[in-house]
Amino acid sequence: MPKLHELTAKQTIQKIQDNEVTAQECVQAVFETIHKLEDKINAYVTLVEEEALNKAKEIDRKISDGKPVGKLAGVAIAVKDAICTQGILTTCSSRMLQNFVPPYDAEVIERIKREDGIIIGKTNMDEFAMGSSTETSYFGPTRNPWDTSRVPGGSSGGSAACIATNEATLALGTDTGGSIRCPASYCSVVGLKPTYGLVSRYGLIAYANSLEQIGPMTKDVYDCALFLSVIAGHDSKDGTSVNVEPKDYTKCLKNNAKGLKIGVPKEFFGEGTNEAVEKQVWNAIHKLEERGASHEETSLPNLEHSLATYYIIAMSEASSNLARYDGLRYGYRVDKDDGDWATVYSKNRRDGFGAEVRRRIILGTYALSAGYYNKYYLKALKVRTLIRENFTEAFKKFDVLIGPTMPFPPFKIGEKIQDPLALYMSDVDTVSTNLAGLPAISVPCGFTDGLPIGMQITAPPLREDLTLQAAYTFEQNTDYKTKKPAIN
Amino acid sequence: MVNAKHLNSTDKNNVTEMSTKNQNEVRIGLEVHVQLTSLKTKLFCGCSSDYKGKDPNSLVCPVCLGIPGALPVLNANSVDYAVMVALALNSKVSECMFFFRKNYYYPDMPKNFQISQYDQAGGVPLAVGGFLVIDVGTKRKKVRIGRVHLEEDPGRLVHQGAIDTSPYTLVDYNRSGIALLEIVTEPDLDSPKEARIFLQKLRSILEHLGIFAGRLEGSIRCDANISLTGGTRVEVKNISSFKEVERALSFEIMRQKNLVKKGLSVKHETRHWDESRRVTISLRMKEKEHDYRYFPEPDLVPITITEDFVENVKEKMPELPEARISRFVDAYGLPQYDAEVLVSDKALADFFECTVKLYDKPKEVSNWMMGDLLRNLNENNLVLTDCKITPEHLVEMIKLIEEGVISGKIGKRVLPEMVLTGKQPSLIIKEKGLVKISSRDALEGIVEQVFSEHPSCVEDALADENAVHFLVGQLMRATKGKADPQLANQLIHEKLESLKK
Ligand SMILES: [Zn+2]
Repeated sequence: MPKLHELTAKQTIQKIQDNEVTAQECVQAVFETIHKLEDKINAYVTLVEEEALNKAKEIDRKISDGKPVGKLAGVAIAVKDAICTQGILTTCSSRMLQNFVPPYDAEVIERIKREDGIIIGKTNMDEFAMGSSTETSYFGPTRNPWDTSRVPGGSSGGSAACIATNEATLALGTDTGGSIRCPASYCSVVGLKPTYGLVSRYGLIAYANSLEQIGPMTKDVYDCALFLSVIAGHDSKDGTSVNVEPKDYTKCLKNNAKGLKIGVPKEFFGEGTNEAVEKQVWNAIHKLEERGASHEETSLPNLEHSLATYYIIAMSEASSNLARYDGLRYGYRVDKDDGDWATVYSKNRRDGFGAEVRRRIILGTYALSAGYYNKYYLKALKVRTLIRENFTEAFKKFDVLIGPTMPFPPFKIGEKIQDPLALYMSDVDTVSTNLAGLPAISVPCGFTDGLPIGMQITAPPLREDLTLQAAYTFEQNTDYKTKKPAIN
Repeated sequence: MVNAKHLNSTDKNNVTEMSTKNQNEVRIGLEVHVQLTSLKTKLFCGCSSDYKGKDPNSLVCPVCLGIPGALPVLNANSVDYAVMVALALNSKVSECMFFFRKNYYYPDMPKNFQISQYDQAGGVPLAVGGFLVIDVGTKRKKVRIGRVHLEEDPGRLVHQGAIDTSPYTLVDYNRSGIALLEIVTEPDLDSPKEARIFLQKLRSILEHLGIFAGRLEGSIRCDANISLTGGTRVEVKNISSFKEVERALSFEIMRQKNLVKKGLSVKHETRHWDESRRVTISLRMKEKEHDYRYFPEPDLVPITITEDFVENVKEKMPELPEARISRFVDAYGLPQYDAEVLVSDKALADFFECTVKLYDKPKEVSNWMMGDLLRNLNENNLVLTDCKITPEHLVEMIKLIEEGVISGKIGKRVLPEMVLTGKQPSLIIKEKGLVKISSRDALEGIVEQVFSEHPSCVEDALADENAVHFLVGQLMRATKGKADPQLANQLIHEKLESLKK
């Protein structure tokens, strides 16, 4: 019999509705875990225990009064600190926003609240989502629950770590170039980056708008489908929102891969891919074949340029998105504002941003500058189109594409942070789906030396159902889901 | 409603094409910014655009304050309006338009970038090309339009006194995000006067399109490029009202000419029009070309403007000034000049048509409006929409004259009262005792009086018929203009005749 904090969202909801436990007990159990582990993990920037317990009481009252409750009633949910929560500090793990309390809720938060989900806190991340290790956070790195000397991945490292340690039942991450899938892989949890435009970005503090999506990070595939069903769907407040009807993604979860055509692009197994990772992913593909799938090796040649393309576009957009942080209306402000506005802005921005953020702003500014725009930014847009075309071609033949989420297992904290290029290289398998706007899931598929490995399943636009079903089938026929880090 | 085909009709035979070898020594190009306040909301959020007179920072939301995470969503009606203007300016509407980010730091911009449009780097503004024909004296002139595009207005900076001496800057974001239409001309204007005529015509078009709600302060703003032939171009910003344009341009031209006279060179720079001191001042900004790092706005998808859409807008287009002028000439028999003056201000033209509906003598109505009404407005520095005078009242006044209740002269005295107070003319006449004296009995006594007070003039009048008008004048004076002029004349002549006997 699992303890309350170990339950999945599905189990929690069931037990609360069956009156076996109260929402309050469930939320309390999660907070006990948080208090026990946070010193070692540092998954959270902000906790809202009192508000969460009050909300749980409210739900328990509704249930005892026989009133209807929402789909996520009583579930403890952690939210990446890049997503605006009304009245709750939202820092993007930056000194710049260390005091920023948004006056409004992001659309996804409104949807969660409508379904009686309980926000328990805001999770640590790379500053402004710029990183793959959660080491660039102003509030210190989050540690990998499987080996606390290692990184949890990033940028949604806090969200992944809190799911792995049962410090939350569900978590929201954001994925600009792998920021959900990378930490999901490194912490052995499930993480889905939805199709661009499926989940509203209203209230997501922008790093690179044309690439990013909010997505679920969960203990298993069912929870992932459930959570996606709540947050997905058209939002008129987001001009890039896709006009699709809400859908119950749990309905597509069948333990069956019959007829599923898997493409295995050789570019996903490029130079630098760890052998154990490669082996485990192939094992996973064969596992799916046992359940009726077939595979074929293929090539998407333009993926070779994914990293360069991704970083130029992301940094260019970031240089503009982050221009608003001048300290005038909100955010970090140097004590003495002597001097003209330009001087004050410069001081605020120099002290308010960390080194990686400054690096990306400077590089992005450069890429957009007169004389370099055509050479870098415009060219990147063209290559992006070519990459998208590669995927479109591949999906004429395959239902899904599979490869490793990360080329190598979690590395040591401090190992790569001094070498930005080496760190950027770790995104080689994840960024292409952001460039193409496709849905992709990372699902745990094994371990090497006790460190998690994740498999990435990519599908055509708006075919989250395919990624979920393939991941679900795999999960149902293996026991990686039951493996938990010893720290628990 | 008019047939769209006639919208762009201009008398092309009579148009002077701009020649590249311009003999005038001044070249002016305008960048006009028009607020689309009639949209009711801002360009990318639901905040009210009716910001005039509201408390600072009271009409704001996360979107127009640039709060992290907020996203812009395009107000679809803005495209309708913008396409209308483009069509009225004979511009080519783009099939697909993009928004671009114009990146620069300035305290009036909450995001430190402005969502705008761009005609380079793969950008497509709403419309390109086009022209507007203006009348300068007797010649017609074609002013070329470079482009028409949509963008968001920044916030408003408030200074204590002048911008360069104020100890602080306050920011009001009520204006932030208001839809702006930018209309850029080629440097085809030769004088401040031409610039004013261009703007007047443009304003009348915008008024007729229903885009321009009255003449609110700041709802039409202007930047200007000014150069002397062969000289350096100077940009003058912050010309916040229509009236200031001629002043600002004249000052800047004088400044440049003085520099040239002294053998100094004109610096390529951006200058600021200081309305209170009536000078352009250099803001001492770094004199390098701004690099705005334009790139496509990722939060807004490209907007397709189909032919159907454009046709639809064309059908909805109201009558434009050119067509209205022709109609005034054809349907009401007005002289071209009258028609042009009336249509130059939509409110005047509307007033005229309302009046004519009630009183079918267009020329008579036009005479009163062109003469006394306009003079009165100008003298009091008013525009028609500021006053309470109504077409009904004007008709009543004309009829009172026609019926002989008051004289035309008294009419000229009643009209200013009507303009200022909005009172009915009959009431004004009653209050001031202005009814015409047309009874023989009443006037004969006054004639006697005038004759006895001015004996030498009576002598003159007896000798010279031309001197009679003096006596008539004295009679009018004695009656404060109320005497029936015909009767007055008659009585004075009768009296003179009797003296001759
Ligand atoms: Zn607003």
